[in-house]
Amino acid sequence: MGSRSFLSKLREGDEIARLITFLFAATVVLITVLLVYELWVNSALPRQKFGLHFFATQVWDPVMDEYGALPFIYGTLVTSAVALLIAVPLGIGASIFLAELAPPRISDALQFFIDLLAAVPSVIYGVLGIFIVVPLMRTVIYPALNKPLGFLPIFKGPSYGVGFLTAGIVLAIMVIPYIISVSREVLLSVPRDQREAALALGSTRWESTWKVVVPFAKTGIMGSIFLALARALGETMAVTMVIGNTPKISASLFAPGYSIAAAIASEFTEATGDLYLQSLIELGLVLFLLTFVLNGLARLLIVVTTQKGSGKGNQ
Amino acid sequence: MKRTAMVLAVVLACTLLTGAQSPILINGAGATFPYPIYSKWFDVYHQKSSNVQFNYQPVGSGAGIKQMTEGTVDFGASDGPMTDDQLKAFESKRGFPVLHFPTVLGAVVPTYNVKGVSGELNFTPEALAGIYLGKITKWNDPAIAGPNKGVNLPSDDIVVIHRSDGSGTTYIWTDYLSNVSDEWKNKVNKATSVNWPVGLGGKGNDGVTSLVKQTPASIGYVELIYAVQNNVPYGTVKNASGSFVKADLASVTVAAAKTVKDMPDDFRVSITNPAGKTAYPISSFTWLLIPSKFQDPVKRDAVKGFLKWMLTDGQAYNEALSYAKLPKEVVEKELKAISKVQ
Amino acid sequence: MSARLRWRKFVSNFMLTMTGVCAVVSVAILFCILGYLVFNGGTSINWAFFTQLPKPVGEAGGGLANAIVGSAKLLLAASLIGVPVGFLGGIYLAEFSGPKIASVVRYAADLLNGVPSIVIGIFAYSLVVLPFKHFSTLAGAFALGLMMIPITLRSTEEFLGAVPRMLREGAMALGASKWKTISTVIVPAAYRGILTAILLALARVAGETAPLLFTALGNRFWSPGWTQPTASLPVMIYNYANSPYEDWHRQAWAAGLVLLGLILIINILARTILSRGIAVPRS
Repeated sequence: MGSRSFLSKLREGDEIARLITFLFAATVVLITVLLVYELWVNSALPRQKFGLHFFATQVWDPVMDEYGALPFIYGTLVTSAVALLIAVPLGIGASIFLAELAPPRISDALQFFIDLLAAVPSVIYGVLGIFIVVPLMRTVIYPALNKPLGFLPIFKGPSYGVGFLTAGIVLAIMVIPYIISVSREVLLSVPRDQREAALALGSTRWESTWKVVVPFAKTGIMGSIFLALARALGETMAVTMVIGNTPKISASLFAPGYSIAAAIASEFTEATGDLYLQSLIELGLVLFLLTFVLNGLARLLIVVTTQKGSGKGNQ
Repeated sequence: MKRTAMVLAVVLACTLLTGAQSPILINGAGATFPYPIYSKWFDVYHQKSSNVQFNYQPVGSGAGIKQMTEGTVDFGASDGPMTDDQLKAFESKRGFPVLHFPTVLGAVVPTYNVKGVSGELNFTPEALAGIYLGKITKWNDPAIAGPNKGVNLPSDDIVVIHRSDGSGTTYIWTDYLSNVSDEWKNKVNKATSVNWPVGLGGKGNDGVTSLVKQTPASIGYVELIYAVQNNVPYGTVKNASGSFVKADLASVTVAAAKTVKDMPDDFRVSITNPAGKTAYPISSFTWLLIPSKFQDPVKRDAVKGFLKWMLTDGQAYNEALSYAKLPKEVVEKELKAISKVQ
Repeated sequence: MSARLRWRKFVSNFMLTMTGVCAVVSVAILFCILGYLVFNGGTSINWAFFTQLPKPVGEAGGGLANAIVGSAKLLLAASLIGVPVGFLGGIYLAEFSGPKIASVVRYAADLLNGVPSIVIGIFAYSLVVLPFKHFSTLAGAFALGLMMIPITLRSTEEFLGAVPRMLREGAMALGASKWKTISTVIVPAAYRGILTAILLALARVAGETAPLLFTALGNRFWSPGWTQPTASLPVMIYNYANSPYEDWHRQAWAAGLVLLGLILIINILARTILSRGIAVPRS
């Protein structure tokens, strides 16, 4: 390879291709860095004034100009966790069904419709949340969970319909299409011989799917979960309509709360006063940090489990 | 590949063709509360003078003020008057002052969802302040039951609902509470966004209305129109003269008329809790924010023409949409002020 | 049949049925949403809806023609911004880059994906609106395009990587240069997955409101060209849904239906137009 001259490589277009695609990939990093820079620069006031204290207080007072990020961080984490706990099993299960069991035409048709779920505006999700999920929460879900399990801190206390769990459910519905869509495509791209080899060795349909095909598609499926997580962390409109918008930390899933994205969406357009505005931007910065850490932890988890595993299904 | 490229080229070309000859577009952004009446006015005005398009977008009072200060829109609108700091910021950024023009009147009403209560509840200022401070926690508290003899109030806990987003409605509500309760004034004070002692936050007037409708034993504050259009019960409020008044177009206009003689020249005034037997105590103006200088004379004349029309013929459209008309005296004062726009 | 085999067969049938249940639940949710929109907004959809400008409240008729055209323009421009960056960047990650750079780019893409849409809107505002003192369709498209990049990039990389080694080696053995291999063999083999991702990204940004509030603003009238504020379906839905009027609420749900219809049509068109070309049969 190295014996070919640079010019001949150029003629074949490889170097140009490498350069151009590199530029585009670099653009992505550039944009992200620029975004962080903007967030950093535009949150100078509160960073100077509060410093690390921003992470330690629960107060959010636009009149007294005192701001703290704790309840928002808590709410973001809790709602995203609930959303993933619901959406991941449901999504992966559905994608397995669509990729492995459903006849191709039905699978394609259903996929069209599931993709539409991703296009529903978040405002509509919010309204449906208020009119369907909130009453459902109050009349069905809350009694079902609180009566038998009310001694657990996460199920304690009264329910107003809005709250962490409601927001988590709405988020779950919003992120399912990403998990299903991407996972299904990845599963479909697993070569047929992998399945057939497993079946030939006597495994049941489920065993060949779960123990051979899915691990083969593991990175793709994890990628879809990353997409879902990112969506859940950053969702603004729908969450702010069903979470109760109360900057408080509560153990109970039924309690109202607040999330970073919901707070920014709710308060940014009306925020007056530089400290208020910049504190909201600092919240955005905090979310960035949160995403950074969560992504890192998740990647670490993948690396650890891949090494520990017996190498099943690895290319 | 070639086919897709051709399709793209055709589509792009089409988009450039939509609207070859365009009338002048004047952009405005601001408060959500007056959006319905503004859209009505601008539509009617466009029918009259079709070479002018007023495009108003309800992005929020604060956003409207910001965009006007930055110069990305031609005018703004706000439910609360601009503060001195905001006025200074505008003038230092744009080089000339900004003018306030009241357009319509609105009222903020207490709506509720209480089992067994389908009619009007009477609220005293003390009751409202106490509820929102978190000190009155049950519906059958004497402060609420007192003025409502004959109504069977349950012993349920009150679920307080307020706005999560900053808003002029909140400004009016907290302005009123600060006027009638020293404790509120010291603890929470008035602003478009405050640190609420208790309660859930709904997004937008619509969000609060929906939450109240969905949550038993709840109370919330919304603009009058939302309560009327959504058929949620709303209560009367005891005014400074001691009568319990229900918000309606007449009682709101009375509240404004009572404050006219003290109206400052820049029209920035609060009209909550005025004296007057039939005045509704939680009313407010909403303002158009107009720069006092326009670069483009065509835009300037269009704006001045619209302001004149709005104050005279335009007011006829208010009541059909549940907005109160401006009192005569205010209109006269404003018509004179239009000349300040250059 | 041994007991163990019976158990394994039972587990197999049970789990496979459960996946069916998952699929049914997911699809059922969608049909509930569609049903709600149709029930509440279906009556507002008529010819006028697609051809007329919005009317003020209280007047019958009126439509969201400008919002439909506006959304279409925004999506077109957003794709032109977001898809090349994501697609070509993904090619770089899958075909050319070393592991360290790939890691960094992937991380950046995931971070970008998690940014709340309103923050992207603010970012686009400070880059494209403030310097020109001007809300515009282009600014809106810029914000939406940014949001399309992460999904496109990650999925392109993912699906290119899934192409079997045999295909690559075969092409190389025939003497094709790297770029030729990529463009004529690998990308077509992975095109289904990549297209799915692009359409998913498009669907996502089609429904986004917050970024548009600070960039394209909104417009009650037609928006000629690309440098004026423009109406869009999500912003209209947002404004109408937050209003107190029943009539506007109905128009909001109708607009939601139209938006979904738009995405469905784009999906179908894209898959049929781009299905010509090398199709690697499904394994």
